[in-house]
Order: sequence, then structure tokens, then C-alpha cells
Amino acid sequence: MGWVLANLELIGSRTVSHLLLALPAIALSFVLALPLGWFAATRRWSRATLLTAAGLLYAIPSLPLFVVLPTIFGFGVRDALNVIVALTLYGLALMVRSAADALDSVGRPVRLSSTALGYSTFSRFWQVELPLAGPVLLAGLRVVAVSTISLVTVSSLLGVDNLGLLFVDGFQRGILAEVLTGIIATVLLAVAVDGLLVLLGRLLMPWAKAAGR
Amino acid sequence: MIRFDDVSKSYPDGTEAVRSFTLEAPTGQTTVLVGSSGCGKTTLLRMVNRMVDPTSGRVWIDDENVADVPPVPLRRRIGYVMQNAGLLPHRKVIDNIATVPLLTGTPKAQAHARAHELMELVGLESSMANRYPDQLSGGQQQRVGVARGLAADPNILLMDEPFGAVDPLVRADLQAELLRIQRELHKTIVFVTHDIAEALALGDQIVILAKGARIAQAGTPQQVVSEPADSFVADFLGLGRGALDLHLRETAGGTLVVDALGRPAGRLADGPGPEA
Repeated sequence: MGWVLANLELIGSRTVSHLLLALPAIALSFVLALPLGWFAATRRWSRATLLTAAGLLYAIPSLPLFVVLPTIFGFGVRDALNVIVALTLYGLALMVRSAADALDSVGRPVRLSSTALGYSTFSRFWQVELPLAGPVLLAGLRVVAVSTISLVTVSSLLGVDNLGLLFVDGFQRGILAEVLTGIIATVLLAVAVDGLLVLLGRLLMPWAKAAGR
Repeated sequence: MIRFDDVSKSYPDGTEAVRSFTLEAPTGQTTVLVGSSGCGKTTLLRMVNRMVDPTSGRVWIDDENVADVPPVPLRRRIGYVMQNAGLLPHRKVIDNIATVPLLTGTPKAQAHARAHELMELVGLESSMANRYPDQLSGGQQQRVGVARGLAADPNILLMDEPFGAVDPLVRADLQAELLRIQRELHKTIVFVTHDIAEALALGDQIVILAKGARIAQAGTPQQVVSEPADSFVADFLGLGRGALDLHLRETAGGTLVVDALGRPAGRLADGPGPEA
């Protein structure tokens, strides 16, 4: 506890850096997964290929990916962009399948009735299918959020500033308190972001709670 | 008036859902298409609002070939009520009812005011306006479905087995309400069902369909029951099984109406009632 109190400022700044890497990656994987998931859900022939390809992204070992991406895109190994791109790829691996499943979960009767009412394909997607896919999308997004926040720490092995640097540094210098602080802070951050997502879901989808009586 | 002019619908795999179907559904009346599942009745219904386009033939609304009208605006001016109501689970009752007016750009306050009127018309308490569909009973959801179908004040109402998924008591209630509403509004209704009793209860014109939407008989409920065109119609009505061959039987409690097997179908209302 003494170590924590003495280093509050450091923990704070690393938490912020951590979020600045994780949040853009979470948001990007969500936004990019939507069209891919939609494509997989509406073009049945593409589904198996797309979902398998996306899933395989997760098989790429993370440390080599952090090293290889810069040689492709030309940014530095320790650039925030490098970490964000790598984490977005892992996010996509999980989120594309979730998005496809979420859009599949919208029942055929609702699609039919909204078509019969006179929704155009475009308005039906934004006003009916996407909101109704919300609960399954949220479930997927929560996994992506927690997993991304945890994965950020791998980049600290390269010296990128985030909470992971606490246990890398603590390990090298033999400060157990610092190692524990890094681990616990990462977990707490994941729990906090997950809780916020749940809260956001309740605010945006009050009907889902009504349905789940 | 809706007119089916020699329409057919076949699918790439060779199935022929509808073959050379011709029929007129008169303005302001209820036409019931009745038949077993797979006879093509829903396909016919969906041709009216272009959810299905016929392979050949034409569907007319008054003097307009529906094929010449873009589907989205066409659908917005035709009411549609389906089985299980097909409500949008993420919209409150009031917004479900106001769906079409809101889609066509009616100001929200005005659309909601209209929705409140419709709730009253279909017998829903105004306290339900802010509930979600899943918080309603099946019968209430169906009433919301009817109100939504009427929201844009369409001339035409298409109803696809709208009362098929509710229990018999509620169904009878909903049928009675529909008759009352129709007496008030005089819409041109095309109603699809597989339940002959429902068809007889609601239809001004009844069209009994065989496979491929072949018209086995079309006529008033009276004509269909008193002069079934063939054994298929008689069977469908249940005449062969005695369900509609009714007799009177005197009992201690008054005059009962019984079917051919002696099962009571009801009691004679203007006959001698039970002694007080």
C-alpha cells in the first residue's frame, strides 16, 4: 500500500495512457466489425470464410505482431498507432462474429413486419435491425473491451507506456508491490469499463430489460 | 377495390405457389382468403403491397397497377397486420402505433395524438402507451397491431392470420372488435386465415382456396355454407364430418343446437329458454 500511495501520480498517468490505447482500439474494432458482420450475416456464402478469417487473427502471436506491423505501415514500434492497430485486429477477431450473430438474432417476423410497414432497406437497418441487435452486440463488445484492456499490457514489453509497464518494471527491479499494483490496476480498469458498458446498455436499450422480465 | 388479374407466382426451384388467380376484393368490404397452410393465400396477400411480385399477371388497386408504384410508398399507404402482431420490441406501444406516420414525416406530437385515438378505438387503455410490447398480453399486442395498421388511415387493410396466435376467447373478442371497427371505418380488408369459423364470422366475401391458390369457391358466407361447390369445399367447411350439420334438440334446459354427432354447438336464442 505504501508503494501505491507514493506513486499515485505514476499510476494515474499510466492509467490514462492505458485508456488512450485501449479505448480507440475498442471503438475501432466495433465500428469496423459492424459492416463486416453485416456482410457475413446478409451474404450467407461469405459467412464461413469471413468469420474464420477474422477468428484466425486471434491466432497471431501478439509480440511478433507489434514488431511486424511497423514494417508494413511504417510507424514506430512504440507509436500509439502501432498498439492501436494491433489491438484493433484482435478486437475484430472477436467482434466480427459477434456482429454477425447479433444481426442474425433479429427475428424474421420483425424484418417482415417492418418491411410491410414501409421501411426502406436503409431505414430498416438503422432503426430496426441495429437497435434490436444491440443486446448481442453489447455482449460481444464487453468481451472485446475486457480483452483489449488486458492485451494492452503486452505492448509494455516494448516499452510502451501503460499499466503493464508497472509489472514489467517491478519484475525487473524486484518490487513486488509494483508488480501487484500493475496487475490489480489493469483488472480494476477492465471491470470499470465493463460496468460502464453495461450502464450504457441499460440507458440505450431500456426495452431489453423489459423483455428480460 | 383490389383486383387480381390472372396472377401467378412460381419460384426458381419450380414450386408454383399461385397459378392463374383472378379475383376482385370490393371496396369497403372484407374479403377472406381461407385455406390450408401452403395454399398460397399469404403469397396473394403479399402481392398487394409488393412484398411478393407476381411472376405473371397484374394486381390492381382501383385503376393503378401496383407494379408501377415503388414498394416503399405503396406499403406506407396500405395497413398490414400480421400474426403475433410483428411489433417492434424496442419501441413503446405509442411509437409502434405511430410507426408509419413517423416514417412519412408526420410531426411526433401529431402522430402520438393520432395513436392515442387509435388506442381508444381498438380498446386499449391509454396507460399502456408507454409500455413495451413484451409487457403486454398476446391479445393486447394484437390490438396494438391493428391500431398500427390503421395509423396512416389507409383505404386498404391486409391482415395475415392476425388472430392466429391468441387463445379462442381472446380471438372471439378481437373478431368482434374488428367487426365493430369495420362497421365504423369501411376499409377494404383482405383477411387471410385457415380457420373457417373465423372466415364465416368476418367475411362479406369468402374465398376458399385449394393448393396453388385455386379458387374452390367464392361467395358470401351464406352461399358457401348452403351451396358448397364441391366435396373439397364441403370437407373444408366440416360439412362431411357433421360439424356444420346442425339439428335442434329439446332438453330440460331449453332447445339445444347439436351437430351430426350430437355434440352441442350452442342453444337456440329465440327458442324457449331455461325456466327461471
